[in-house]
Amino acid sequence: MALELIDIAKRVGSETHIHPTSLVLPEGSFNVLLGTTLAGKTTLMQIMAGIQKPTSGTIRFRGKDVTGLAVQQRNVSMVYQQFINYPNFSVYDNIASPLKVAGMDTAEIERRVMAAAELLRLKPMLKRKPSELSGGQQQRTAIARAIVKDSDLILLDEPLANLDYKLREELRDELPKLFAGRNAIVVYATTEPSEALLFGGNTATLHEGRITQFGPTSSTYRLPKDLLTAQVFSDPPINTTRVEKRGDKLHVFGSKVWPAGQVGSGLPDGVYTLGIRPHHVTPLPTDVTTGEIEGRVLVTELSGSESVIHLDVAGDTWVSQSHGIHPFEVGSHATLHVDVDRGLFFSPSSGERVS
Amino acid sequence: MNKVVNNRAWWLVLPVFAMVLFNALLPLMTVVNYSLQETFGNNEFFWSGAIWFEQLLHDDQFHASLLRQIIFTSIVLVIQIPLGLAIALCMPRSGPWVSVCLVLLALPLLVPWNVVGSMWNIMALPDIGLLGKAINSLGIPYNYTRQPISAWFTVVLMDVWHWTSLVVLLCYAGLVAIPDAYYQAAKVDGAKPWAVFRYIQLPKLKHVLTIAILLRFMDSFMIYTEVIVLTGGGPGSTTKFLSIDLVQKALGGFDLGPAAAFSIVYFLIILLVSWLFYTLMMRDEAK
Repeated sequence: MALELIDIAKRVGSETHIHPTSLVLPEGSFNVLLGTTLAGKTTLMQIMAGIQKPTSGTIRFRGKDVTGLAVQQRNVSMVYQQFINYPNFSVYDNIASPLKVAGMDTAEIERRVMAAAELLRLKPMLKRKPSELSGGQQQRTAIARAIVKDSDLILLDEPLANLDYKLREELRDELPKLFAGRNAIVVYATTEPSEALLFGGNTATLHEGRITQFGPTSSTYRLPKDLLTAQVFSDPPINTTRVEKRGDKLHVFGSKVWPAGQVGSGLPDGVYTLGIRPHHVTPLPTDVTTGEIEGRVLVTELSGSESVIHLDVAGDTWVSQSHGIHPFEVGSHATLHVDVDRGLFFSPSSGERVS
Repeated sequence: MNKVVNNRAWWLVLPVFAMVLFNALLPLMTVVNYSLQETFGNNEFFWSGAIWFEQLLHDDQFHASLLRQIIFTSIVLVIQIPLGLAIALCMPRSGPWVSVCLVLLALPLLVPWNVVGSMWNIMALPDIGLLGKAINSLGIPYNYTRQPISAWFTVVLMDVWHWTSLVVLLCYAGLVAIPDAYYQAAKVDGAKPWAVFRYIQLPKLKHVLTIAILLRFMDSFMIYTEVIVLTGGGPGSTTKFLSIDLVQKALGGFDLGPAAAFSIVYFLIILLVSWLFYTLMMRDEAK
């Protein structure tokens, strides 16, 4: 009982938009598609919806082959990055539009529209036109349209990207509640790793038309299969460096030597790519940090309660993200401390995680 | 607040004032001047009050050409706006054919107006013209220099050929500006093509269509060159539109006073209709 993509691929001319991919989304699940712009999130969603046909492969829904089925026959709803509503319909008529097309009777339409409006706090503006609403309210209307018809599949394509910060936070908190208790499969595309972590559920990381990993969000984050997944699922970007493990030591940058730690000690001697997430690099030594890096400060970004420091270490940029305010002068020489035990070891040739 | 009063800034807008003065205000005031006075040359003027205006409003010839003008503009709008919209809807949205279509459509707009008149004049000649000969060979009597209906048909056809492209280009630009997501959303909803047109494309094209109708109204209401070259206002005075009437009065009769009054009334009609139309179309937005 799920949506299954079996060896789905999409090519347009000589370009491959989606490499052969298989994915099973269970009923009632919340799934995040995480990837940069042009990673193929929208294409994959449109294939799931039936707006685009895959070049090859099969799509099954509840065991039935729906590959060639047009979107109208699939009971799907979709929310876009742009706020898409019928421009000359009132909010009420906009929310009611999919039900009217389905030919539902008026009393039932009203009951459902009111319920959706209540959930999305749109009741006071049901009579207004979309052009008289704020961006947040316009997107709420579009979301209400998507949930009103009890779709089997609800696709949200970066729905919060065009909203300003405060409205985004607000709607981001409400979204999971809206879909809880529904039997629909929800797919949410985003470029922001933090959104995926916030929503939980499952996450599929996409890179250049390939799904690099799919699984429960927390395990995808903590235990990425390979370096690409770790890179997609890290913001600021994960720090990587070539290390040589010899005995219980890691030789880094040719000069620094770190203890191999809990994870590294178990590995055979050899060369690895070590990935360290920015929040495991701190400006001050703590009781878990065991390594050090030195370099020239390139950028410091101090937000209310957080410091992000970019350090140039022999040509590589290292990023540290830490709580508290740590002012560093740009251009000065600094030493940062690394929690090596939280490092991820990847094979330098295949990119697969080995630890 | 520290607001510095600096009157020197006025010097910066002075060139614009000067331009408007010479371009618009002075000529307009000259016309107003003529319309209220009587002159027999020698730079002698006598105050005549509103006589020319009263005369004009009771002038049957003016009524006739105003009526012709209204009919012509209405026909042209009724044909060109839907036709232009329809062509724009049929045009491809992407691919190599887009530029081919656009170039072909833009061609009529690039032809000088008197050349348009001459082209259609020759083409519609009943004995040797492609169009005239073809219609006659179908057994339909056609002669635009003799039959009023033929003349009207040719004038309207010429204007449609010349200006529908403008409507197409405006509508096409409006259509292309609608994000793809709207069409997808409609598809997801299961909306039929007619519903997509009625509830997405048409509302989104409202501003563009308003501009298209305004431009076409003003332009067709002032049509002169093409018609004077094609029919000269004939046969008789069956295609004598307002501007032709005006030029005949001003240059032919050298009745500067009446012609000036005519110009002002002409100008006010266009201004009033445009303003009314624009206000009505944009009423919803203001709320």
